[in-house]
Amino acid sequence: MPLDVAAEVISNVRLSSDYNVLALAAPDIATRALPGQFVMVKAGNCLEPLLRRPFSVFEVLEENGKVVGLSLLSKRIGPSTTLIYDAKPGDRVQCLGPLGRPFVPVAAPDEAWLVAGGVGLAPFAMLAETLRAREIRTRLYYGARRAAELFYLDMFEKMGVELVLATEDGSRGDRGRVTLPLERDLKARPASASVMLYACGPEPMLAAVAQLASACGRPSQVSVERVMGCGVGGCYSCVIPVRTSAGTPHFVRSCLAGPVFRGSEIVW
Amino acid sequence: MDLSVRIGSLTLKNPLIAASGCFGYGTEYAELVDLSSLGGIAVKGLFLNEREGHPPPRIVETPAGLLNAIGLQGIGVHRFIAEKMPELRARGAAVFVNICGTTLQEYVELAKILSDVEGVAALELNISCPNIKEGGITFGCSLHGTAGVVEAVRAATRLPVIPKLTPNVTDISSIAKAAEDAGADAVSLVNTFLAMAIDVETRRPKLSNIVGGLSGPAIRPIAVRMVYECRQRIRIPIIGMGGIATASDALEFIIAGAAAVQVGTANFADPLVWPKLVDGIRSYGERHGIKAIAELVGTIDTSAREKEWISS
Repeated sequence: MPLDVAAEVISNVRLSSDYNVLALAAPDIATRALPGQFVMVKAGNCLEPLLRRPFSVFEVLEENGKVVGLSLLSKRIGPSTTLIYDAKPGDRVQCLGPLGRPFVPVAAPDEAWLVAGGVGLAPFAMLAETLRAREIRTRLYYGARRAAELFYLDMFEKMGVELVLATEDGSRGDRGRVTLPLERDLKARPASASVMLYACGPEPMLAAVAQLASACGRPSQVSVERVMGCGVGGCYSCVIPVRTSAGTPHFVRSCLAGPVFRGSEIVW
Repeated sequence: MDLSVRIGSLTLKNPLIAASGCFGYGTEYAELVDLSSLGGIAVKGLFLNEREGHPPPRIVETPAGLLNAIGLQGIGVHRFIAEKMPELRARGAAVFVNICGTTLQEYVELAKILSDVEGVAALELNISCPNIKEGGITFGCSLHGTAGVVEAVRAATRLPVIPKLTPNVTDISSIAKAAEDAGADAVSLVNTFLAMAIDVETRRPKLSNIVGGLSGPAIRPIAVRMVYECRQRIRIPIIGMGGIATASDALEFIIAGAAAVQVGTANFADPLVWPKLVDGIRSYGERHGIKAIAELVGTIDTSAREKEWISS
């Protein structure tokens, strides 16, 4: 059951001029959250923006073994994310969650390959933690514009995640899209070794990952982000077309049926 | 304070109703809100059959407003009755079923089907959705069309009949009068204002449907004025709506002449707004010594303002 809290900002770490990590004192939401679930958030009691925005739960924060809150990884792209970027410790941020369907973790001996584009890294800290606890071999394909926008690499390394990086300007890892090294490695992989692909990032990247996965006979789970009004199924704005048994596409609400879908389910 | 209100033969627990299109089928909110604590729930507009609605993007925010063109995606009346009504009944919700048709006959058929369903409190006639090409608003934009739908549905059901009116007309009070004369038990107003938003970088409309309906605090003063105008023309109860987000906003509509109010867009921003609205209305009642909310309906005092205007 989702909860709504006016969560106090514990800290706000600016990672760059656009990216920040906002820590919120919402322990009851954090303890319920599963990897891939999201919260609906609004910082400030204003009329513009009017609505909340969805954010993946980035980390569950613990202190002395006790859950104290959750954090959000945000990229400043509009008024809502500017409020998130500018929030100060002690401010209150309205936070509703956890919401949506989480990632389904694989079981050993399957491997997990996570594919993140930019701020799409957000749900993978929790997922990597869950996979680590299950002793799943995990790789992170992580792409960004430039090396300076690749964040938290050490955190993933500490969790035993193998990193494969790509930057559009070639300043770190492969030059170009993250799907380049992914495609290379998928094709080199023997068909007998099971791999689950998990992807979060811009929709064209998700489509490319889902298509690569099906071309290589691999399953995929993708976390989509559509323009979302309420996050709980009330407004029908965040719909995405999925395949039906009848063959015709059908719009489903990504807040309830997603945000995680099987890549093969979506009509890209 | 006694918060109960009467809408025709119907008595509601309080004047707060969830607005159609802004509360799903009600069941989506069952974990967050005690559905029986609301005066009523106007469920998402239903046609006879399922509909896919418009492609996304379906919403865009504007200053203090929300522009939408969902296109009435929905599960159709039969699935609604089978899949949603049992839970709504079990949770004690007062269900206002919002019905839409492309023909007069479709409204009548929907009314007949729903008349036999236990737990349906009233029928709200959607003759005002700005986002679909055929039906709906084509009835609500003319006196003749409005009267025709209301009369036909009136003859087909014993449930309270409440047409929901569009503000996209020259004189909404004459439409309200036509609805009253045709036998409506109450009127709901207003639906959204036809509007649009353009991305200047790409020169493309921000909604896939190009135009949509504007809701939210931006439209509230216009909606209040329309309720006030309709109050002068009709005797049946008015269910007022348009940008209500606080108890004070709701009271403004009630003082202007609404017997009950609907809340839509504010529920998206804050799904737990309902108890705050109830508490706010109660505390207003205490401060002003009002024993029953019904006493407050249409009590706007314009006398001083009129005198000032005459003397200036």
